[in-house]
Amino acid sequence: MNDKKSARVLVVTSGKGGVGKTTSTAALGAALAHLGEKVVVIDFDVGLRNLDLVMGAERRVVFDLINVIHGVAKLPQALIRDKRLENLHLLPASQTRDKDALTEDGVAKVIAELRSKFDWIICDSPAGIERGATLAMRYADAAIIVTNPEVSSVRDSDRIIGLLDSKTEKAERGECVDKQLLITRYHPWRAARGEMLSIDDVLEILSIPLLGIVPESEEVLRASNVGSPVTLNSPLSSPARAYFEAARRLKGETIPMYVPSESRGIFNKLFGRKAA
Amino acid sequence: MSSLIVQRQTLKFRARNYMAFVFTPRAPIAEWLMDLDATLERSRSFFAGHAVALDLSAVRLSPNGIAHLLASLAERNVRVLGIEGIEPSDAVGLPPLLRGGRGMQDFGPVEPDPVPASAPAAEGAPRTNQQPASLLIEDPVRSGQSVAFIDGDVTVLGSVASGAEIIAGGSIHIYGTLRGQAMAGVTGNRRVRIFCHRFDAELLAIGAYYKTADEIDKSVRSGPAQAWLDGNTLKISAMN
Repeated sequence: MNDKKSARVLVVTSGKGGVGKTTSTAALGAALAHLGEKVVVIDFDVGLRNLDLVMGAERRVVFDLINVIHGVAKLPQALIRDKRLENLHLLPASQTRDKDALTEDGVAKVIAELRSKFDWIICDSPAGIERGATLAMRYADAAIIVTNPEVSSVRDSDRIIGLLDSKTEKAERGECVDKQLLITRYHPWRAARGEMLSIDDVLEILSIPLLGIVPESEEVLRASNVGSPVTLNSPLSSPARAYFEAARRLKGETIPMYVPSESRGIFNKLFGRKAA
Repeated sequence: MSSLIVQRQTLKFRARNYMAFVFTPRAPIAEWLMDLDATLERSRSFFAGHAVALDLSAVRLSPNGIAHLLASLAERNVRVLGIEGIEPSDAVGLPPLLRGGRGMQDFGPVEPDPVPASAPAAEGAPRTNQQPASLLIEDPVRSGQSVAFIDGDVTVLGSVASGAEIIAGGSIHIYGTLRGQAMAGVTGNRRVRIFCHRFDAELLAIGAYYKTADEIDKSVRSGPAQAWLDGNTLKISAMN
């Protein structure tokens, strides 16, 4: 036994900003760690870092990804262990530098070193299609494309899917990066009224398999304000349960997908937690 | 305390393949410019977003003459990517000299491909000794991707996303939804068509005649459609 299965490098990307990449990285990372996996989440948004805030680690950042790339610190010095889940670590981005400080070789070395220590390496990509985003995806085995069910987000996600098939090492080797769609901020009644795209519309345009549907919820904002991934802060809320199911699907379980509807909102009101 | 060591990286250079339309001016230049104006009158900004290469091998222009020609083209919203067919000594201060232009081979979405830049003829000169050729794309064409195949037809077995473009010397067949741009017959062949399973395009063009989504009748949307040239008019109709 003890035959270590190889680590899985996931990139959480979208193209469009503000759709839920950082929220999803934290939520999925925490969910996987809760399920027993050894997880590290990496913030690639150099200069505009948010993952440390959402994880509640902003007061413990000493060294960051850029420091490690430039040899100023060793990787263990920069990794921050989560106080609630011992299997969960964070590698924060720099706030004072910008994406030009990232180098391809530097990122490759960091990911190679992390592969030997963790089961899951989740890269939180910045928005856009430039250096930060392309470096976050470069060494990925698989991608989670986060999309809101509205036209700008869908088109930007389509662009990112095209880039995953050309700007990654796997694509350059002739292999295919596994892509899965995570629909976030889904409003059941807005879709019904035609104010937002339906799940079917989004799937028809993007043509990639669906990982999960996360409903719009106030719990997400509450969780990020207290610095805790939503799956830790309110695990019974509807977004948290969607993220847990998505994490289990990532691990290979087959869980039937259902489209969130109003009734879950009632459940949420009965069992929702308040922010501390 | 350790000091900050900054490591300098050596740059890696990659070669990339781009498609450009080629203008081959003929003497007298003034008349050639008038012909160009007549073409542009029907589709004013057709070349505006696209790379254009200038082949000056058919004329002998002085450096002043070249500068004047470039200015005239700039006035017409044509931006020259590079020039071929002139002496390197005459090329000082001009757009870069292009080398190795040859007939287009098929290649898929434009991303790293270490082949020297090639440029197709795009102004009506028929290509001789052609093998029948077609490009088959089995995956959806994603937003931002540009597929160009001057030598023949292009067939796509998926959808073409908003923000993507298909450029073909022959016809274009899309067995999915066309949401982007399709430009057929770019080498001047007028007997080409554009077919799609579901029509939702941003722009259609055959040769230099184009129509944007706005100019196309709404009744054709969201169903199978074909586009063709009738005289100088681009026509689109539903196929049922």
